[in-house]
Amino acid sequence: MIGSLNLRAAIVSIAILFAFLLAWHLATRSSGPTQAMDPVYAKLMGATATQGKSPMPGPIEVGAKLWEQLRRPFYDNGPNDKGVGIQLAYSIGRVLIGYLLAIAVAVPIGFLVGMSPLMSKALDPFIQVLKPISPLAWMPLALYTIKDSSLSAIFVIFICSLWPTLINTAFGVASVRKEWLNVAKTLEVGTFRRAFTIILPAAAPTILTGMRISIGIAWLVIVAAEMLVGGTGIGYFVWNEWNNLSISSVITAILIIGVVGMLLDQVLALITRLVTFPE
Amino acid sequence: MSDRFISIEGITRRFPTPAGGFTAVFSDLWLAMRRGEFVCIIGHSGCGKTTVLNILAGLDTPSAGAVIVDGKAIEGPSLDRAVIFQSHALLPWRTVTGNVAYAVSSKWRNWSKTQVNAHAQKFIDLVGLGGAEHKRPSELSGGMKQRVGIARAFSIEPKILLMDEPFSALDALTRGTLQDEVRRIFQETGQTVFMITHDVDEAIYLADRVVLMTNGPGAVFAEIVDNPLPKVRARNEIYKHPLYYAVRNHIIDFLVSRSRSFVQEMGGAYDPRHVAVVRPGLPEPTIASSNEPTLPSARGREAAAY
Repeated sequence: MIGSLNLRAAIVSIAILFAFLLAWHLATRSSGPTQAMDPVYAKLMGATATQGKSPMPGPIEVGAKLWEQLRRPFYDNGPNDKGVGIQLAYSIGRVLIGYLLAIAVAVPIGFLVGMSPLMSKALDPFIQVLKPISPLAWMPLALYTIKDSSLSAIFVIFICSLWPTLINTAFGVASVRKEWLNVAKTLEVGTFRRAFTIILPAAAPTILTGMRISIGIAWLVIVAAEMLVGGTGIGYFVWNEWNNLSISSVITAILIIGVVGMLLDQVLALITRLVTFPE
Repeated sequence: MSDRFISIEGITRRFPTPAGGFTAVFSDLWLAMRRGEFVCIIGHSGCGKTTVLNILAGLDTPSAGAVIVDGKAIEGPSLDRAVIFQSHALLPWRTVTGNVAYAVSSKWRNWSKTQVNAHAQKFIDLVGLGGAEHKRPSELSGGMKQRVGIARAFSIEPKILLMDEPFSALDALTRGTLQDEVRRIFQETGQTVFMITHDVDEAIYLADRVVLMTNGPGAVFAEIVDNPLPKVRARNEIYKHPLYYAVRNHIIDFLVSRSRSFVQEMGGAYDPRHVAVVRPGLPEPTIASSNEPTLPSARGREAAAY
């Protein structure tokens, strides 16, 4: 066998990538001049009609576009022409504000639900009904009450980040091992100290798993929310480039959304590893 | 009996049954323990031994009766009573020092970190874990984990130590070493120890008195075996004691056959408040260890409430 499993997996990954890029390139390349045309007319028609060029951009065009965007990520030429970095910053900012607000609400409520069987039963029907609602369904209500499109997007992120963290926190808190709670009881540890020294560390891996699901959903929802509210953000960028019929930019934006989503997930995965304890 | 340091007074614990009624796992248990005494309870699984210990720890409450410790009825857990759990119950996110220090800082809340750690270190050294202070429970063997449990329990310098089958999950060699350690620390500190076991040799090696419990439901304390072994004993010597096998056979005989039929056999002659004290191998009661009213009974039993 050659090299480690990681090395071999990397080789296969790169092979798949190149196979995909090659197939993409071949499928979208020009097939040569299609018919004899008056050069002035041909100029009007563009490469799609004259060169048999696919209307879909090829990997080289997309690559060039991506390089162009990454080279100047922060330019600002007015409302409809901002660098992709600025748009991303808006999106990440909204996601972080909505997400952190949601964590600040979900973790304490999750603790309450997890520690109190009464509150667990009492709040369960509300959680069950509110959880399956598409966060975008809140958008009109948010726009009507908040009267600010940017804040409404943050509200939608808040709502969609709430449930996974709340439910996981409640579950993690409720399933803290009885023996650890008994240790705290026999040591006459008070409620607050118990919550912070036993329940929080014991439930932290489960809570972080919920937070990781939340950030994933928040990043999914921000694109759709920004398409609706418009103005700024990566979701608006995608929609704007679609209206410009710049398919290359749409593809680069899709790629960037994927990479940023992965990075957000990895950050949470890293924190989860830090609080996970081996048994 | 002058010193009733711990007094179990008529405790019963009932649990609801699926059918809607109640079953009593044990009923009307009476027992008194002296300060500095090591008492083992031995009985089959399901007789409610652990529930008795949990009641003593304050983690469970009896359906009837009460437990008096040092003149006060137990009303919940207390730092005066440390528990060594069967499953060691260490906090896996804390190191060895962290686990012991957690207990120490719970007892002495205004101690500085240095004070707490120094105190914890003393007990880590006592159980022979010096050098493993910074390991987490997952890096320790079963025996070492239980040593941490022992260090944690002793570190809060409790009046009473409660042990719930602390060595049952360990291999025979480790178990032997830890029994030696517990016996040694028990003698050094003069603790009062209440321990649950289902290991006859362990009970004889460690205990001053062995309480035999019948099978549940409706379990009772059948007899109290007075251990004839001297206070200072060595593991490899106890087998040579002339009464060792009489005691061992008596307990095994009880566990194998009499634990099931004891209640029916005794019928009305059984008095839960005056559990018979037996000294297997000795012809008749030789030492009157009780000034409580005694009941005349068959089979050379001496009844005493202790």
